[in-house]
Amino acid sequence: MTDAPLALLAELTHRCPLRCPYCSNPTALTGPGEELDTATWARVFAEAAELGCLQLHLSGGEPTARRDILDLVRAAGGAGLYTNLITAGVLLDAGRLAALAEAGLDHVQLSVQDAEAGSADRIGGYAGGHAKKLAVGRLVTAAGLPLTLNAVVHRQNLDRLPALIDLALDLGAGRLEVAHVQYYGWALRNRDALLPTRAQLEAATATVEAARAAHRGRLVIDYVVPDYYAKRPKACMGGWGRRFLAVSPAGRILPCHAAESLPGFDFPNVRTSSLRAAWEGSEAFARYRGTGWMPEPCRGCDRAEVDWGGCRCQAFALTGDAAATDPACALSPDHGLLALAVEEAAGAGEGFTYREPRPEPRRAPAPG
Amino acid sequence: MNGGSIPRLARGMRLREDKARGQWVVLGPERMFVPDEIALEILRLLDGARSVDALADDLAARFAAPRAEILADVLAMLDDLAARGVVTA
Repeated sequence: MTDAPLALLAELTHRCPLRCPYCSNPTALTGPGEELDTATWARVFAEAAELGCLQLHLSGGEPTARRDILDLVRAAGGAGLYTNLITAGVLLDAGRLAALAEAGLDHVQLSVQDAEAGSADRIGGYAGGHAKKLAVGRLVTAAGLPLTLNAVVHRQNLDRLPALIDLALDLGAGRLEVAHVQYYGWALRNRDALLPTRAQLEAATATVEAARAAHRGRLVIDYVVPDYYAKRPKACMGGWGRRFLAVSPAGRILPCHAAESLPGFDFPNVRTSSLRAAWEGSEAFARYRGTGWMPEPCRGCDRAEVDWGGCRCQAFALTGDAAATDPACALSPDHGLLALAVEEAAGAGEGFTYREPRPEPRRAPAPG
Repeated sequence: MNGGSIPRLARGMRLREDKARGQWVVLGPERMFVPDEIALEILRLLDGARSVDALADDLAARFAAPRAEILADVLAMLDDLAARGVVTA
């Protein structure tokens, strides 16, 4: 019997006013015309709760670009889910935040690109964005909503981590997520401009440890050593198909939001499948679940059920084989690729390839 | 925290039943705590009005245990939950 999932990530749309060069959306974006409608999302939320999900993350793209965001939050609350809005904030104002709180939203996670406006606006590709975010952060706490500040960090902003921590405190955030860029999709294209140096990373780790002690009970800081400097991989998604599922703007049901980058999958779609059927019965969710699929050196490793072989998307992005051991593991025969990438990045420039809207290629109609 | 503190669940934390797994959980942003039996008893008593002293009185009566011991346990548990951002006073 398959354990029930704990959380659903609902990627409501790929539309977003920002153009972050490490965007976690796929490089082929879904157009607005293909997005699920309000009623379908509401059904998906109810199915998720019934399946055992406790948490719902409303994400995107920018979820507040959806005109029905209030209806979606109401539907999520009605299903009994703890509802978290993952937002860039720039489309929000006091009125919309009050309405979201009234609709039953439980929590807001606000992203910032840097602690310094000029750099933040350059990274996000959105002039004036940082100032808007600061104003919105204050409005979130003023509306009585708990706030997490999400700082995506990399070579071009990691030195300002102390200022990012101060910013979280200043905005009244109860939690700060210091999220190292993960290198798939857009971020992989910009890896040379983003990978931090070892010296930066060591300083950041020390900063986090000191800040955790200094602000104990006031600010929770989530921080994980990034893959490119790790000896063991992260337990990506807590293991494929074990705790988590995602639904893409077009309705595809995925074991992780980046899984669409993997070839050779026929992911189920909420338009034709229930979440339960996808979770319990689909080949896509079964393929890398558990330990049976694992190659050497994962097979028989005493950490096989700790890290679950790491990340399938990273394995594919770096080795071309989604079933390989994640190269973040020092035991992987491909582990040297990471050190090589770090070395290459050290000599590279700071220019970005920005995320640009590019609709998904339409599938060719079936013959006959 | 001390005997006079009035603890409550921190902003964003919700105590609710997890029927799929037959347990109670505290849900927060990107986190979930499964309280043990004793922590659950304490969390259920948090109403934002009663002090730690009052909680200790209640628990000492219900579990027929020495009040001083209960108070110490309750304070230790609340301090731990506060450090994890689950409760506040």
